[in-house]
Amino acid sequence: MAITDTAGNRSNVSLARRAYNIRRKAIQMGEVQGQGYVGQALGVADVLAVSFFHAVEFRAEEPEWEGRDRYLLSIGHYAIAFYAALMEAGILPEEELATYGMDDSRMPMSGMASYTPGMEMSGGSLGLGLSVAVGRALGLKRKGNPALVFNLMSDGELGEGSTWEAAMGAAHHKLDNLVCIVDFNNQQADGASTGMLSAEPIDAKFTAFGWFAQRVDGNDISALREAFDAARAHSGPEPRVIVCDTRMCKGVPFLESREITHFVRVEPDEWQKALAVLDEEAPE
Amino acid sequence: MTAATRARKYEPRKVPDGRQATSAMIASLEAEGYGTVSAPFGNALAKLAETDDRIVGLSADLSKYTDLHIFAQAHPDRFYQIGMAEQLLMGAAAGLAHEGFIPFATTYAVFASRRAYDFVSQTIAEEGLPVKICCALPGLTSGYGPSHQATEDIAIFRGLPDIAIVDPCDATDVAQMVPELVAWNGPVYARLLRGQVANVLQKHKPDYQFKLGRAQMIREGKDALVISTGIMTMRALDAAEDLARDGIDVAVLHCPTIKPLDTETILAEAGKGRLTVVAENHTRLGGLGEAVATTLLTAGVHPVFRQIGLPDAFLEAGALPTLHDMYGISRRAVAEQIKGWL
Repeated sequence: MAITDTAGNRSNVSLARRAYNIRRKAIQMGEVQGQGYVGQALGVADVLAVSFFHAVEFRAEEPEWEGRDRYLLSIGHYAIAFYAALMEAGILPEEELATYGMDDSRMPMSGMASYTPGMEMSGGSLGLGLSVAVGRALGLKRKGNPALVFNLMSDGELGEGSTWEAAMGAAHHKLDNLVCIVDFNNQQADGASTGMLSAEPIDAKFTAFGWFAQRVDGNDISALREAFDAARAHSGPEPRVIVCDTRMCKGVPFLESREITHFVRVEPDEWQKALAVLDEEAPE
Repeated sequence: MTAATRARKYEPRKVPDGRQATSAMIASLEAEGYGTVSAPFGNALAKLAETDDRIVGLSADLSKYTDLHIFAQAHPDRFYQIGMAEQLLMGAAAGLAHEGFIPFATTYAVFASRRAYDFVSQTIAEEGLPVKICCALPGLTSGYGPSHQATEDIAIFRGLPDIAIVDPCDATDVAQMVPELVAWNGPVYARLLRGQVANVLQKHKPDYQFKLGRAQMIREGKDALVISTGIMTMRALDAAEDLARDGIDVAVLHCPTIKPLDTETILAEAGKGRLTVVAENHTRLGGLGEAVATTLLTAGVHPVFRQIGLPDAFLEAGALPTLHDMYGISRRAVAEQIKGWL
């Protein structure tokens, strides 16, 4: 049972439907530019759906509301997925979707705080987010603000030494208001992250660093919901991490079965096909 | 390491008889004839924090060596010991600034500029956050060798948009810059002088007050103009006194803010036809010298122009007075160079 009472959680729209909507918008944005990190977006859609519509407190009409949970996108490359979630959450108007990546758009290809409402940091240079999250969590505690700080990062960012500086710092300062989400799709620019600079066993590493670690199927909505609930409900002083094993291109089988690469190649006529495939399985 | 240094590696040395420059002088800045003030940065920050609760302090295991420990003792609940993790230091400072605080982040200049640069650039400067990065051991103020000699920190940060750069000369500059850094609405990189810091500027100009963004004439003179920053203003003023005994009249324009540069004052003073010397405790590449040269050339002001600064090299280890002499930034070396150019 959900223990959180967030704005998204009070909606009647199912989380599966939210994830479907996020995937749909990401594909539509991909079609606008003819490219984008669509594979990652499809993979992380369930994580974002559970984040925004179950776990995270925010006000769509007031993105800088002081009581909001801070949701940092460390991996700026995932902006396409994040914009889809922001639109689904009503923070960004859907009418702007077709401006994605265009000159003057509020949705540049890589996420930056100064461009987009709801974007809490400029990520993209990988391994920045967790350090910033530590500072925000310290700041919230200093203000007596009970909001949480979420940091969404990728498995590739575990290769950055700064991530582990921050992991030590978060545990040392007992940042129980910090939730790190690791999207483990085992895919980096040059290939599989486990074949390059493996961070495995990831959850055990975080545990050893003093974190409350969970590892879940990041495409299983109920498992994600339970993990986010457990992260919030955990009574210990440890920072929390949820390692989410996700599948690139999830929800579009003909892309899932394609040779998976960092930058999934989608032919011009395939965007509409991808939407059609997605629509066939559209959840209620 | 220079070829000469490398060649000396296997030469046996004689033990000197009598007194010599030792490693005890590794970080002792020669400042003869001046009174000193203890820990001007830490004391000024601790005092300002009494009336400004946005101020927090962070250090990466160097609070005692940046004088931030004075602040930490006065306001223990507002001090964060980050540990030896400079990337986290900058990222966490950015996060605290996002939450409305004004973080002072301290470490050594080499670590802030070299190790944590991407964090300063992307988490702080790109987002325009009011993080005040204050760093000890600027330029050649340590005899430890290149690992601790921040000879290129200003060049590194000058290339970074939206960050102010301050290089104070003395205890007055250091203490008075603290409220100015807070008032400055954005990120700042400030070089620090720590411990017993000489009181130089008000001895030469009693009504001197630090103003961020302003260059100020400390001494007038008709034969040469030295535009100087940081401790080199002290060297220039001392050298000017020595040269005055030889009948050479040297003006000193103190320019403690490297960015934004006070081009108006620089152009006005450099346009008076005197030999113009820029003196900085920094490599001659990418610092105040090149900033002034660009300013002058662009404006069509063409005085005879010379630079006093560190060479484009990894410097040697040794006692600081020896090194300052060797690299031309001691009082004597500054005077000799100016005399030679006249």
